[in-house]
This record gives sequence, structure tokens and C-alpha cells, in this order.
Amino acid sequence: MSKNPWGTVAERLDRNRYETDTEQPHILVDQEEAARAGAGPLLARICPAGVYSEQTDGGVGVLYAACLECGTCLAAAPPGVLSWSYPRGGMGVIFREG
Amino acid sequence: MDTTVTAEVDFDVIVAGAGIAGSVTAYRLALHGHSVLLVERGPSPGSKNLSGGVFYCRVMEEAMPGFLLSAPIERRITRNCLSFLSESSFVNLDYADDRLAQSVTAVSVLRAKLDEWLAAQCEEAGVVLMPGVRVDALVTEDGRVTGIRAGGDELRAHVVVAADGVNSLLCRQAGVRGPEPLKHLAVGVKSVIGLPRRVIEERFNLTGDSGAAYAIVGDCTKDLGGGGFLYTNRESLSVGVVLRLDDLARSGESSAELHDRFLTHPVMEAFLRDGELLEYGCHLVAEGGLAMAHDLTRPGLVVVGDAAGLTLNTGFTVRGMDLAAGSALAAAGVVDAALKRGDYSQEALDAYPRELDKIFVGKDMRTFRRAPLFLENPRMYGDYGRLLSDIMYGVYNLDTTPRRHLAAGAGDALKNSPLALLPTIRDALAGVRAL
Repeated sequence: MSKNPWGTVAERLDRNRYETDTEQPHILVDQEEAARAGAGPLLARICPAGVYSEQTDGGVGVLYAACLECGTCLAAAPPGVLSWSYPRGGMGVIFREG
Repeated sequence: MDTTVTAEVDFDVIVAGAGIAGSVTAYRLALHGHSVLLVERGPSPGSKNLSGGVFYCRVMEEAMPGFLLSAPIERRITRNCLSFLSESSFVNLDYADDRLAQSVTAVSVLRAKLDEWLAAQCEEAGVVLMPGVRVDALVTEDGRVTGIRAGGDELRAHVVVAADGVNSLLCRQAGVRGPEPLKHLAVGVKSVIGLPRRVIEERFNLTGDSGAAYAIVGDCTKDLGGGGFLYTNRESLSVGVVLRLDDLARSGESSAELHDRFLTHPVMEAFLRDGELLEYGCHLVAEGGLAMAHDLTRPGLVVVGDAAGLTLNTGFTVRGMDLAAGSALAAAGVVDAALKRGDYSQEALDAYPRELDKIFVGKDMRTFRRAPLFLENPRMYGDYGRLLSDIMYGVYNLDTTPRRHLAAGAGDALKNSPLALLPTIRDALAGVRAL
């Protein structure tokens, strides 16, 4: 793995601006479906923001506050695993450059 | 004929999404005197929008006259490089031309800034801008789209314009457009790296507001379909990778690690050195070409820009924003005529895809319809770059062994590569035809 001089994904996301919706997460994982489809490793790999992680208990961890709202996970996840919408109006990532 | 002509509406037109397609559509319709609502889920227009960064912006002179003089563009692209990267080499087709500065067909942009400006032009033209509001769904009655639902409220319009981007959840929920196959999609992962103006101009051999754009294939994606890009802004660089989702899902690679691997390649490191990370972002890219441009209308609905799958990767140029603006112009013309006649039927709005086919948007999508299939060829992302690098090594590595002519040297390089002659010739011919 190459060492990015600007830090890990989490460190880089710290420089981004977010307005986190603390009441309503915009991503939900059906853990049973995810386990059945073995979707955890795929989601963890493809998400550029590191939203998904494989938990020790076999479940899929979801750090929805880090989401960059690209939709890659929605496109690639097996059907039924994800319930994914954009965050409510005004919430989520706020790009200052784009 | 439409029976909703006399129905009460809140606006003539509601546009969902203030990107380039949405803002240009709203702007044109407001200029025609219609009441237009532009709804944007970001707290300010542009705050959800991200592009690689090159806008082939000539179309904007028609869409918003004076665009080049007043829009917040970064640099005018006068140097285009098509680059093959291997672990050890960097082979470039480097094309710089003063004529590009005179005619200005391409500029680098940062969307947070550009789209905020576009929406401001809309407001000046009379558009009602509603930022910070997510459109939750299209409202339909008897198979026709009659408005939008947002935060528990319903707003009605004669025509709704879906300009809600590549994922277009609105069209998906309404059953207008289904999910695309993975090979039609790619994810762009991008960093914006801040550097002083003078450093950028020195590193890229630029003066004034001229700029450079690199399209890079090969080692940047570890042989996955896709490529790298590097664009100069005024005081920053936009750099990153685009990864085709079918290859990415199959490969076992991580999108973030491929991005990091590209940025730390010695060639890239030299460009980016001592820069400050300003932002890390990503965005889905439609890569299906003409195959994605379908289902663009329903009674009371038109779909524009990325939501309509209007993007084009020709290998040399990666286009989306110009097609977004072009589709907006076409859609605005058709919706204007529909509003004047009071006819928002499928038949009336189907003039929009026909209009697209008459202008550069549909024509270019058709011309490059074979490009996506050609660019699916895995040899494009690995073996050919290595072959080119071996040929160039043979030309310049004068190690006192007798030289051979270029053709013979290339033959040797081909023999030493996993490539066979006939498929290579076939690929070359396919490339000439597709691109």
C-alpha cells in the first residue's frame, strides 16, 4: 500500500466540510442480506471514503457521516443489501472545491 | 392532448438539481418568461457537485452569452497530454497550441465555485432558487409527472426537469430509468492539491491563465479499466483516478488505495510535491455512452445531463459538462414550445430526444458509440503501455549494442510482450474506428 503524504482517508476527510445529520442516517445495511451475499469486503474496498468496514462479528460497519455521496456502493452492492438515499436537504458533505 | 392545462400549478417548471444541466435549463426557461423553481439539495448550489475538471465550454457562449468573461473558470487549457504510465516510464503525446488559447474550447473548473455562479445567473434571470431542499420523489397522476415532493410538501408544475445527476434516484424511484450495468459506470476519486500559482506555471510550462490537462492510462489503475487525470487550476491541481466499476468489483483492489498509489507514483509525486491537500472527493461517472441515453422523457418530465447518461469518454477527451449544457439547451427549447402550446404529453416532449440528435450532443454520442466497447479492452490499460515503453526504451537506451530500425525494434518489443501481432493490429484498427 502506498503512503499518501496527505494521510489516511480518515485524516483527509477531516479536512472536508460536513453537516452531519445526527437524527437520520442516510445509509442502512441489511446485515443478514449482507452476510448472505458476502457484501462486506466488496463495500469496504470500493467506497473511496471508507464508509464501510468489516466488523469482527462478521457484520458491516457503516460510518455514514464520512459519505461523499457518490453512489458507488449503491451501484455495486448486491440487491437488497443497502438502503441508500441522499442525506436530507442541506446535510452531508459540503464541497468547497468540487 | 393534455388535460392538465388548466390545473393549478405552483410553477410552470420545476428543475431538480442545480448542476450545469439544471441551471442552464432553468436559466433558458426563465429568459423565455416562464416561472421556474430550481431546487437544490446542497446548502448552496455547487456544494454537492464534483467533476474531474475540464469543461469543453464553447456551448456556454450560446447558453449564457459572456460566460468566458465572467464565469469563475480556473485556466484555459492550451496543453493536452495523453500519457502512458508504467512503473518506470511516462510516455507522452504532448500537444500545446496557441490556437487553443485564441479559440478557448476547454477550461478547468472547480464546481463548487462554478455552479454557485451559474445559480446566481439563474436568480438574476428570475428563477426562484431553493437550496438546502432535497426532492424526495416525483409526483405522478395517471402516468404523468405533475410535480415534486420535498420534505412533506408537494409542489406542482406543468413540466418537471430531472437534473439530479448520475444516480438520478428520482428517475429510478419513478421507474423511468433502471439501474445501469456496472460496466456503464466508473468512480472518479479526486484530490485537489493547493500549490502557489508560480509553482504550477513552472511545473507545467504555463503562462498567465493558460492550463494543462493530462489524461493518463496504464499503471495508474493497475490494469483496471479507467485512467488517471491531472488538471491545472489557478492555484491548485485536480488529480485522481477513474475506475470502471465492473473491473473494480472483480479485482480485489481498493478505490482509495488506487488513488493513493497514483498520487505517489514518482512521476505524479514530482508534480504534486509540497502541495497542500484542499479536498478529497469522489463522484460516479457514466461510461456507457449512447447505450445509456434512453428514456429521456415521460408525460410532464424531461431528463437532462448526467441523469440522462449524457457523458462521453473518447479516450482523448472525457466529456460530460458540455453535453449537460447542450442537453439543457435542447430541453429548454422543447419545454418552452410545450408551455406555449399547453401540451406536456409524451409526444410533445419527445421532441427533446429528437432535438438532441440534431445537435452535437446526439451526433457525438452516435459518432463515438463504439468507444465504450473499445475501451473495455483490458489490453488498453496494461500491455500496450508497457509495449510503448519498451519501444521507446529501445530507441533511447544507446547501450553500445548496434541499433535496429524502429519497425524491427518494435517487432522485438512486441515479441517480448504477451501481445500477439494480429490482435494488436485488430485493436489498432478498432481504435481508429471507435475513437
